[in-house]
Amino acid sequence: MGAHLPILPTLLALAGALLVPIAALAGRRAAEGVAVVAAGAAGLAALAGVAEVAGGGVRRYAVAGWPAPWGIELVLDPLSAFTSAAIACVAAVALAGAGPAARAAFGGAAPRFYALALVVLTGLLGITVSGDLFNVFVFLEISSIAGYALVASGAAPALAAGFRYLVLGTVGASFYLLGVGLLYALTGTLNMGDLAARLPAVSASPLFAGGVGFIVVGLAIKIALFPLHGWLPDAYTHAPPPVAALLPAVATKAPAYALARTLLYVIRPDELPVATALAWAGAGAVVAGGLFALRQTDARRLLAYSSVSQMGYIVLGVGLANGAALTGAYLHVLNHAVMKASLFLALGALLLDARGPSLSALSLASRRPLIGGCMVVAALSMVGVPPAAGFFSKWYLLQGAIEAGQPVLVAAILLGSLLAAVYMYRLTEAVWFGPEDARAAGGRAEAAPAVLAALLVLAVATLGVGLGNAVIVDRLLAPAATATATAR
Amino acid sequence: MNWPYAAVVVLLVLGLYTIIAQRNLLKKLVGLTIFQTAVMLFFLLSSAKRQGALPIVPSGPVDPAAYMNPLPHALMLTAIVVMVASTGVALAILIRLYAAYGSLEEDVIAERVLAESRPLDTAE
Repeated sequence: MGAHLPILPTLLALAGALLVPIAALAGRRAAEGVAVVAAGAAGLAALAGVAEVAGGGVRRYAVAGWPAPWGIELVLDPLSAFTSAAIACVAAVALAGAGPAARAAFGGAAPRFYALALVVLTGLLGITVSGDLFNVFVFLEISSIAGYALVASGAAPALAAGFRYLVLGTVGASFYLLGVGLLYALTGTLNMGDLAARLPAVSASPLFAGGVGFIVVGLAIKIALFPLHGWLPDAYTHAPPPVAALLPAVATKAPAYALARTLLYVIRPDELPVATALAWAGAGAVVAGGLFALRQTDARRLLAYSSVSQMGYIVLGVGLANGAALTGAYLHVLNHAVMKASLFLALGALLLDARGPSLSALSLASRRPLIGGCMVVAALSMVGVPPAAGFFSKWYLLQGAIEAGQPVLVAAILLGSLLAAVYMYRLTEAVWFGPEDARAAGGRAEAAPAVLAALLVLAVATLGVGLGNAVIVDRLLAPAATATATAR
Repeated sequence: MNWPYAAVVVLLVLGLYTIIAQRNLLKKLVGLTIFQTAVMLFFLLSSAKRQGALPIVPSGPVDPAAYMNPLPHALMLTAIVVMVASTGVALAILIRLYAAYGSLEEDVIAERVLAESRPLDTAE
């Protein structure tokens, strides 16, 4: 079992995706149960992977016994183990809490939602352990295509949003594939370790710069890095609530991980300006996403633009590429996944009874202090108030920007938090203190137990990751970050 | 001038232009397919060799220069599967979009989406 740890989480999610339609024959409940168990098992396997490599170990896995560089290699190191555990665990909690929303949105078709959600999870987990650039493309598209279908499974506006997501996402994947093709034409290999050894010899070629450019732009579209975020606001606004609890939390994290992995482990762009450009693009996304979020009246769209802003933080840290900034970026992958899952789950629970998704219609929390309280915890983390988790990732990012001697980036990080304070205040204020609504007053007092449990787990995780961040950083992230930090 | 690669560039630009400039969603999908096919053509070109034979090799020592590289072909087989899947999802979405709005014109759909969401915002 131990030898197969790198591939285990991906396989468990895939097995779940295949078993859900079979379990659905025995009823909707069985399908739900299988899905949650599969996602939970994938989360546990990913955590076992974390325990296996904590402190700096590396486990390599040759798929089907074909040795690298000819076969596909999976690599479990502290960074991939951390990312895969973050994605699998948050997805498992989100799926466990999505039950009531899935029943409301899909009715008898809910098993299809669970099957597709597990396909998304399969793809995302595959990206995190893959040691092969083409394999990353395949997993990227496995997760994305299931994601397009999930987004488009909502009411009519979701169809247009899903199609837009599909077109832009496919263009991004094709850009990435074209870049991989250029690097392959240069070196004759697709294995990441092999490429890293061969690329320095050919780094003067214009094909190298072109390949790097296409890969970075392609992944930036998948991450929804401003100004390439065009698909994200509509997709996350119109996606059905159970889908919104899952995709915004995890879907952009795996491409962000792929960006860090290719940039820092394969390309090592000491001479290319691409890292610096990414740091500035990330800073632009932090500020622009925050400003867009300020102007929204639809709570879902507000949270979508906040995703644009928060993904900017991650890209900013990857672009700065020093030890502290990378630590902050990696930690923010987990933190943002936890708080976004929490916010969209809470919003989904409120929307079951609310008049509509606009801020002025959400005044329900005074009757539902638990949901409202969990939203406040996630909002505090988004702003970066200690001891919530968000504070620590932003603290490391800030340190990294100061180390790099970039006062403008420091200002962008702080401004992003300030903007988050304002837009998250608007959301929590609307939820807690908005005018009472007749229909809301007639609604049930709190959400279903499954939703509440998931929300409480996420709220505890927000505080737990914040208080326990030293352990995660020392055992997993700092070794990974300092090993690849560029000396700039 | 390497004409086959120039053709790839032309197809890439043509596909991207169609995606951006066309207002009809089905035509956008056609552009997307052209774009994806151009990427595949690029991979296949990288495996081609003058006088290269099919990579079916006898046992014993082999001169790699005499054969086409089979790996890009295998990779593109996978990419074609990906493309078929995404095109299938896209067509399914388009069928439902047409059923919902009676049109595949981007402007018409955007107008209808806006019109449907407006009453909700102004009701307060």
